[in-house]
Amino acid sequence: MTDIPLLSLAIWVPIFGGLLVLATGSDRNAPLARMLAFAVAVAGFVVTIPLYLGFDTTTSAMQFVEIASWVPRFNINYHLGVDGLSVLFVILNAFITITVVLAGWKVIEDKVAQYMAAFLIMSGLMNGIFSALDGVLFYVFFEASLIPMYLIIGVWGGPNRVYAAIKFFLYTLLGSLLMLVVLLYLFMQSGGSFSILDWHQLPLPIEPQILIFLAFLIAFGVKVPMWPVHTWLPDAHVEAPTGGSVVLAAIALKLGAYGFLRFSLPIVPDAAHELSWLVIALSLIAVVYIGFVALVQADMKKLVAYSSISHMGFVTLGFFIFNPLGIEGAIVQMISHGFVSAAMFLCIGVLYDRVHSRQIADYGGVVHTMPKFAAFFMLFAMANSGLPATSGFVGEFMVVLGAVQYNFWIGFIAATTLILGAAYSLWMYKRVVFGKVANKHVAELEDINAREFAFLGILAACVLAMGLYPYPFTEVMHASVNELLRHVAVSKL
Amino acid sequence: MNFVVPDFYPAAAEIFVAVMALVIMLASTFARSIARTLAYYATQFTLIAAAFVTIYTMQGEPVYTFSNLFISDLMGSFLKLMIYFSTAIALLYGRAYLADRKIDKPEYYLLALLMTLGMMVMVTANHMLPMYIGLEMMSLALYTMVAFDRDSARSTEAAMKYFVLGALASGLLLYGMSMIYGATGSLEFSAIAQAVYNQAANQTVLMFGLVFLVAGICFKLGVVPFHMWVPDVYQGAPTAVTLMISTAPKLAAFAMAVRLLIWALFDIAEEWQGMLMLVAVASIVLGNLAAIAQQNIKRMLAYSGISHMGFMLLGLLSGVVDGDRHFALNAYSSAMFYAVSYVIMSLASFGMLILLSRAGFDAENIDDFKGLNKRSPWFALMMLFVMFSMAGIPFFIGFFAKLSVLQAVVAAGYFWLAVVAVLMSVAGAFYYLRVVKVMYFDAPDDEAPIHAPAEVRVMLSANGIAIAALGLAPQMLMSLCAYALLGSL
Repeated sequence: MTDIPLLSLAIWVPIFGGLLVLATGSDRNAPLARMLAFAVAVAGFVVTIPLYLGFDTTTSAMQFVEIASWVPRFNINYHLGVDGLSVLFVILNAFITITVVLAGWKVIEDKVAQYMAAFLIMSGLMNGIFSALDGVLFYVFFEASLIPMYLIIGVWGGPNRVYAAIKFFLYTLLGSLLMLVVLLYLFMQSGGSFSILDWHQLPLPIEPQILIFLAFLIAFGVKVPMWPVHTWLPDAHVEAPTGGSVVLAAIALKLGAYGFLRFSLPIVPDAAHELSWLVIALSLIAVVYIGFVALVQADMKKLVAYSSISHMGFVTLGFFIFNPLGIEGAIVQMISHGFVSAAMFLCIGVLYDRVHSRQIADYGGVVHTMPKFAAFFMLFAMANSGLPATSGFVGEFMVVLGAVQYNFWIGFIAATTLILGAAYSLWMYKRVVFGKVANKHVAELEDINAREFAFLGILAACVLAMGLYPYPFTEVMHASVNELLRHVAVSKL
Repeated sequence: MNFVVPDFYPAAAEIFVAVMALVIMLASTFARSIARTLAYYATQFTLIAAAFVTIYTMQGEPVYTFSNLFISDLMGSFLKLMIYFSTAIALLYGRAYLADRKIDKPEYYLLALLMTLGMMVMVTANHMLPMYIGLEMMSLALYTMVAFDRDSARSTEAAMKYFVLGALASGLLLYGMSMIYGATGSLEFSAIAQAVYNQAANQTVLMFGLVFLVAGICFKLGVVPFHMWVPDVYQGAPTAVTLMISTAPKLAAFAMAVRLLIWALFDIAEEWQGMLMLVAVASIVLGNLAAIAQQNIKRMLAYSGISHMGFMLLGLLSGVVDGDRHFALNAYSSAMFYAVSYVIMSLASFGMLILLSRAGFDAENIDDFKGLNKRSPWFALMMLFVMFSMAGIPFFIGFFAKLSVLQAVVAAGYFWLAVVAVLMSVAGAFYYLRVVKVMYFDAPDDEAPIHAPAEVRVMLSANGIAIAALGLAPQMLMSLCAYALLGSL
């Protein structure tokens, strides 16, 4: 099993499959493009299953490692590997890609091949980010993934899509270019190595550590996104097509958080301790302030976008309280948010496809015409607000526990999310689903079809499974999280 | 008088091109009826054959001839090959464009060949005089080519501007050369280097000379504050000629910088590095910011070219830090890699403009790219490659060009320079994104199908794919650059 380059397959199957889909050309071949895209997405998911089954949970070392020289002149290697921190994201990503392909099945009628290809290529590139162990390789995937997302938002997005697409691109580019300078500095300091694992062992004085930490903070903070550099996200979400929102929320936001785990904490641990107050403060602002912002949104997609920022604030909080509960809780929260936010955006997509409005005010009484849909939406809204027995609860609870261990008041402020989350999720749900049938559009609604039932059903199963029995998820990350914390506790000065 | 017959062998390629230029001139006079076709194919044949001659006569060790006026070394040979290559592609792209405008006269190809010869002399000069002669030969041919569409007032104006400013720059360069001669007593590069090393030169005069030399080089590269001609000439010249100006001459100017600054004046590297630093920062800032405001894509690419040349200079100025020459090879080869990458990207970008042009219509506004994805998804994808590559996004060659230059800058310890460069790259990304935006997000204004000769389509596709392929596997070109410089330093 170890002979098969599983990670390379996880990266390149969707990319080459995407190119193949692109080659089907014009919209006359749209059915073929759809079928092919679905087949590629499933194949891309199937190759990631052995990653979980063959994963050794007793070690924190990198597994499924592949290494080959890429650009020997700068000692850049094609170096892949996953540990407990990253393996779940590869699988999650491959899984979400399937739902995205299904979600765009009927709705996208214009340039179908390009749409499907963009998502598949994007999926492969993001797998590359999660499994890259070489700084430049990471950077290359990180930047390259901007291109398909830019096109997805810009070509198939809403009325203000051009603004949103360019804003998304430039914000992320700014952060990542600063990271490039840091990567080059580390390359020089480590005597000519781009290996992330070598950098983990590299001693650094405190001043450069602080600067490196700040550069990483900008790079990954934009991507997470953290307050106050979050403003691109609501724009991008509102304008993106449903599939784009799903990929953004479920996977792309995790890239920044993953960057903290792979780069900031292990490479500059002293600066991370020194500046943890800053990250914690920004995270709490995100949790509380953005929670209130979400409460007043009139647009459903914007509401879920702000709720994503608030949830991601929880994740960064979990990382910087330096205890196992915090970090594991944060990772669980990331996975759970992957399912829940994807499901929320898909639900909104289901409504939007029928009524072509995302305004909460245009709905009311949906439960009368779409009972099955209302049940699913209920579950996901509950999960979004962190109800016990759903996946949303597990991560938040762990992070709150960890935060209370660290400092009672930080834990206290963080816990307000349970109230705020319930307030904005359920209030929106109430206004959209309950009450009298608001207008004739709602009266004419048809309930979800088999395709929609399929992807919502699978996500609902995931949300419940993770909420009831999170052990298979936390088991995978234990060893790696403990090793990370042990590593971070040792000063590199 | 004792006359020694010089060794002609190392200069075989130059002699061949010169002879062929004369043959084509005569042949096209006598065979008027087929002159255009003949001149075109004969020129392409000459460029290809010259490549073989260059490869055949290439030697690992530098060889001097003509009383040390001429040097044949690996860097020169490599750059000459790139010059043939880009000139040949530029001619191929431009042929139908010129024919549509009825300016595909045999003289055009003759001038292109003479321009090539001038550049060859520049890259192989080991002495101020052949350097100057080569430069003038190239420039005069270019001035004429800019004015080739003689009924167009705009072209004539651009040519006039180019000529007057170019003549001024030549004057500055010549003045600098004379001062260097006054300070060191020699015009030959190795003798100048020796004199500077022995501190036999008068420092004041030497510095004055250096300033003028740098000014001359900067003019030819088209960097701030000697960039005024660039946007006007790029816009005014026929696109086929803009394509010429923006490609091979940049390589020749790079060779000139290497020969004059690194060969002759390496011992005062920290002096000229300081000057280049100002120039590079100004170019990157101004080039990127001014490009944002352009509606005309030729002007936009002109400003983008200014910023790219500024980026290339970052490599040249990172060679020596506090007297430590350890990084020199790495830095200079990254600059060379950048220059070569830029030429490949520039060929494709202006090639796309030619592709979209047709008889009576010049594609030159950004809006002319509107909805290209509808009209031709394939060429929209190629232009997307070019734009993202120029913006320095992976997986394209432009990313590795930026990476290698920034690596040199960081290795030299100029962090603030690297930060300025990357911040300006973000500004730069905006206008490249705008081109992608009009291609993909907007509906076409112009539904006319794209018609271009098959060879242009094939070559442009190969050009676009090369940008992506070299971005996936940059090692070979990078090593070639390093290897070529290694033999020459």
